Amino acid sequence: MNGKATAHSVVEASSRFKLFCGAIVVFYALVTITPLLWIFLTSIKTPGDSIAYPPKVLSEPTLEGYCNLFEIRSRQTPEYMASLPAADGYCDKLARSRNMVIAGASKTPGRLVNSLLIGFSSTFLAVFLGTLAAYAFSRFRVPVRDDLMFFILSTRFMPPIAVAIPIYLMYRQLGMTDTHFGMILLYTSVNVSLAVWLLKGFIDEIPREYEEAALVDGYTRLQAFVKTVLPQAATGIAATAVFCLIFAWNEYAFAVLLTSGVAQTMPPFIPFIIGEGGQDWPAVAAGTTLFVIPILCFTILLRKHLLRGITFGAVRK
Amino acid sequence: MTRLAGISDRTVAWLFISPTIVLLLAINIFPLIWTLYMSFTNFKANMGWVKYKSVGIENYADILTDSDIWAAMQTTAQFVFWSILFEVLLGFGLALLINRKFRGHGLWTTVILLPMMLSPAVVGNFWTFLFQPQIGLFNYIVSFFSGVDPASFQMIGDVKLAPWTIVLVDTWMWTPYVMLICLAGLRSIPDYIYEAAEVDRASAWRQFWSITLPMVLPFLMLAVLFRAIENFKMFDMVNLLTNGGPGSLTETVSITLKRAAFEKWQTGWSSALAIILFVVVFAVANIYVKALNKVKQQ
Repeated sequence: MNGKATAHSVVEASSRFKLFCGAIVVFYALVTITPLLWIFLTSIKTPGDSIAYPPKVLSEPTLEGYCNLFEIRSRQTPEYMASLPAADGYCDKLARSRNMVIAGASKTPGRLVNSLLIGFSSTFLAVFLGTLAAYAFSRFRVPVRDDLMFFILSTRFMPPIAVAIPIYLMYRQLGMTDTHFGMILLYTSVNVSLAVWLLKGFIDEIPREYEEAALVDGYTRLQAFVKTVLPQAATGIAATAVFCLIFAWNEYAFAVLLTSGVAQTMPPFIPFIIGEGGQDWPAVAAGTTLFVIPILCFTILLRKHLLRGITFGAVRK
Repeated sequence: MTRLAGISDRTVAWLFISPTIVLLLAINIFPLIWTLYMSFTNFKANMGWVKYKSVGIENYADILTDSDIWAAMQTTAQFVFWSILFEVLLGFGLALLINRKFRGHGLWTTVILLPMMLSPAVVGNFWTFLFQPQIGLFNYIVSFFSGVDPASFQMIGDVKLAPWTIVLVDTWMWTPYVMLICLAGLRSIPDYIYEAAEVDRASAWRQFWSITLPMVLPFLMLAVLFRAIENFKMFDMVNLLTNGGPGSLTETVSITLKRAAFEKWQTGWSSALAIILFVVVFAVANIYVKALNKVKQQ
């Protein structure tokens, strides 16, 4: 009994040692999460509180940052202010209290729509193309398969700025600079390599017997693919889609070089949210918070597949 | 229902693969060839009407003898070296601790993972806020523990500190990446090996050097190689954090390339630089894929 306990002592650490390990990890986690919490706290501060010294941890919460993120204010004369009808709505009242009126909507909603549109479209295309290619690579004897797979992966490693130079010239010739279509196409091409590699891993794990049974039952290859492989690969396809979506959502280099207005996404836009009288930190923090929350949710959902996603399917568990 | 019996497996395979290949050829390879062509010219994209001419290998010769490029390469190499060193030490350390499976380790692991999923651009941007002298949280915390005046140092503007600032933010963001891969390596080691070592009365130190480290090493290599490639071409985070400054002190090669291509519009010259970067990354990527396959085989 006693001997057995020592034999396990390395694999199962003593509870005091575990507590010690846990304490260090929790400390690191708290330190690492502080910048994110600070951004959130800044987003609910007034501009004055956000640049207070010493920094205020807790302040009267306000949604002013979020108002400024979505609306543009302008300063007016007291006479004009007095002539206005009573303020309606939360943001309007806040603006009035600072002797300003809301002059209209900001560019934020448009940028958010661009991010969503480009993100979802490129994800859909990349996963669609990736699923087909991954299935073929997984199930058929394709000549020069390893070389093709390497080629597909290697496109992912190209420095984005180096790719952007010829893409910029090409899109200029074709009239595709600053268009949704151009960005969707570009993000699809970057994401398709990830999609092929990840999905090949997932499809490799589905036993071939299912399809073979379907083929014996008289299904064609395409029917067998749609009826047996797709449903079983659903989790893998969903996980891959989330990874593609996160990439497109976060991408900055192409967006900042190839878009300027019409098709601009959130990442190049957020740093340039400028309020009345210089950098409006609560508004920037509000933009960052709204931008980051979906990513945090997806990360928690993806926990189990994270390892695969960041290693192109090489490490599974 | 029409039976598509006429379609052979071979046709299906090509039908499924070709759209992806065509897309990559159009968006990646065609532009690459174009870049290669331009790298031998003195083309300027903002003056497209001016007739450009071939200059042979002048651009390449120019770049390889340009001291600014070598300075940028050195900056990049130092950034890659130090950020990876810290990420490996912290990441591997954390993985060892988390592998002890204390209560709640799943939750805290997820918390630690969050930074690496964020947009590097957004990360670079909000750290500029934390690094504000006087009002920034980072400066305040440093001054709280060290007693230094928070307005007396600038993480972004100072010549001595700026190179460490990008290393710090990169380490904050990517330590979880190394940690997660190391954790997978640790979990791949079967318990019985440690049990056998215990029977042989091997010390914990000995067990670490002769079991843990060799078994985790392929995983660690994978993480290091991937980080090396990614940090070598680092653009977004650095661009928003320091934009290469002060001066050109934190100018990584990607920032040099952006300035040459999109600010000075030396398209021919920057195409040559882009090709050189391609070759470097491609060579490292080759090693990376070999490492991938090695890990896969285990």
